[in-house]
Amino acid sequence: MSAVLTKDIVKTFADVNAVDGISLAVPDGEFMVLLGPSGCGKTTFLRIICGLERQTTGDILIGGTVVNDIPPRARGVAMMFQSYGLYPHYKIRDNIAFPLRTQRVARAEIENKVEWASNLLGIGHLLDRRPRQLSGGERQRVALARALVREPTVLLLDEPLSNLDAKLRASARNEIKQFQQRVGTTTIYVTHDQVEAMGMGDRIAVIDHGRVRQVGTPTAIYDDPADRFVATFVGTPPMNLVAWNGGHLGFRPENFLPRELIDDSAVTEFSFRVDRSEYLGSERIVYGVLEGLESVQEITAKLPPAHVDQESIRPGEWHAFAVRNSALCYFDKDGKRAIRH
Amino acid sequence: MVAIADKAAKPGSRLQFILDSPAVLGTIFVSPAVLYVLVLVGAPFLLAMYYSVSAYTIYSQSYRFVGLRNFIDVVQDPVFRQTLLNTFIFTFGSQIVGLILGKFGALLLLRPFPGRKVVRALIMLPWAVPVALATVAWEWMFDSLYSVINWTLIALGIITRSDAPNWLGNPHLAMLCVIMVNAWRFFPFAIVIFLAGITSVPQDVIDAATVDGAGFWRRNYQIIVPMIAPIVVVGLIFGIVFTFTDLSIVYLLTNGGPVGATSVLGFEGFQVGIVSGDVAHGAAISLFMLPVLFVLVLVMLRSIRRQEI
Ligand SMILES: Nc1ncnc2c1ncn2[C@@H]1O[C@H](COP(=O)(O)OP(=O)(O)OP(=O)(O)O)[C@@H](O)[C@H]1O
Ligand SMILES: [Mg+2]
Repeated sequence: MSAVLTKDIVKTFADVNAVDGISLAVPDGEFMVLLGPSGCGKTTFLRIICGLERQTTGDILIGGTVVNDIPPRARGVAMMFQSYGLYPHYKIRDNIAFPLRTQRVARAEIENKVEWASNLLGIGHLLDRRPRQLSGGERQRVALARALVREPTVLLLDEPLSNLDAKLRASARNEIKQFQQRVGTTTIYVTHDQVEAMGMGDRIAVIDHGRVRQVGTPTAIYDDPADRFVATFVGTPPMNLVAWNGGHLGFRPENFLPRELIDDSAVTEFSFRVDRSEYLGSERIVYGVLEGLESVQEITAKLPPAHVDQESIRPGEWHAFAVRNSALCYFDKDGKRAIRH
Repeated sequence: MVAIADKAAKPGSRLQFILDSPAVLGTIFVSPAVLYVLVLVGAPFLLAMYYSVSAYTIYSQSYRFVGLRNFIDVVQDPVFRQTLLNTFIFTFGSQIVGLILGKFGALLLLRPFPGRKVVRALIMLPWAVPVALATVAWEWMFDSLYSVINWTLIALGIITRSDAPNWLGNPHLAMLCVIMVNAWRFFPFAIVIFLAGITSVPQDVIDAATVDGAGFWRRNYQIIVPMIAPIVVVGLIFGIVFTFTDLSIVYLLTNGGPVGATSVLGFEGFQVGIVSGDVAHGAAISLFMLPVLFVLVLVMLRSIRRQEI
């Protein structure tokens, strides 16, 4: 178990910077999530940490040691690949044992550790099968067992759940998180799914175009976005943005409520014309436009159905809506967060 | 719907539907190949079978049935046993050398370097050049007087003119020569097979092995080779069958010599049956290839099937 520190990692492919100066400190035992849209360089960054790819410039420190020139097998890092990368010609037992065999661990100890890892993940009954005879969820657990069996210093997970269906994904998410808490391995988890990121990460690093936009706890990322990209990338529906003093004013759909529901005087009021609404059971999403204000996209409001029934919010009508001033975010013309507005 | 029903009912368009049937169309497409095999492979094969149990020679064209007499004669002949052994050495020697060259050739051709496309195209040449031409070129290189190889070795000071090897004159060296020439002919094919195999291994699996601590050799021999084994075995079956039955290189390079040291089944069958005119014994010699190859192919196909379970 070790802390990971990267300093200004840049990786250039031909003429594009896939990773464009990432400096990240992951303390020992932390569950760090890298969140970003497709193609932003997440996989490349992980491959650099485990040594499959050599950074163009920058330093990587694992447990305080610079590992730039250390080959993957000597870094003590385990990685779980997006498509798992199980060895199809080996039985599950041998798949899990493989990382131990390469370290020339004694046979009896290999057996013990394989048993430990497979019991931990509940795949003890699958040991004599081959990867193709397993379901997606079982394969994912085998890949995780293989990554954990040699008790790595750092665990890298590249979108491990993207091949699973929604239901399995939810339970697997839970499993990985609980598991990580139990073994306490420093973990870097890559995903482009913000629900996974918010639910699992001790901290989240939001990445765009090979740069870190913000690092923080899920709460900080959500409530205190550092810039417009983070604000709109995290949250469904995304934060509303309206043109304001040369910059943008942002507020989350769930903070945008009918005036009478906000029992506070420090509010900013808007006149909101509802175009349509969707009922989702636990909430109602209302789409529309604001009077006299230009917005980046359609304005949305997320209303608690218990308080707002169909009758009071009628499409085509103007309504008095408001946002608490404390819930407003102001972004300057470069998209950076500004304190005052 | 109506229009379609009308069309179907129209008499005269029945032929169209007959051709729609896979049974009919398939038969039509396959028949040229079947005909080809029957006339050019099946008939001579049956003829050879018959010759091998007859007393037919060019000089006395008798179809008299002699049972297994010819086979017994052949097996009792020490020259034949030497030939059979030679055939195995020739086949497996050249396949092993070809496989090794193919494996490393493929690995080299996989990594990017300037001019890779040109090299990839050029490396196919041994395969594309007519056997006769290539072998004559090799014959020059091995020639007792003009050998380029010897010249190079002498120039490098590795050997002296007096102890320069007589490549085609020494029985062991001659065998080595035919093996090398055959391996040289086959290795582009092996490269193609290995390239196809290696590129079909998912990069994730190779990367996983790297991160799991496998170095170059372990990655190759515990991950890549077992994964591509089924493809390689099929290629190897082709190689073995073609080499086992081949006589062209031996015929052109050493003519079976010196003193039968490089004679192989195909060559011996040709010598006895066609050159010497003893068709019956020639046929018997050639037919020995059949059971040997049959067993070999069966064993290899079984081994890959077991792998896949
Ligand atoms: N070997 C390569 N050669 C050239 N460009 C590459 C290479 N690998 C990645 N890239 C480019 O680098 C950028 C980042 O790729 P990367 O795979 O890291 O994205 P990602 O964030 O993992 O995306 P996703 O979520 O879709 O997996 C992409 O624009 C990609 O095209
Ligand atoms: Mg990726």
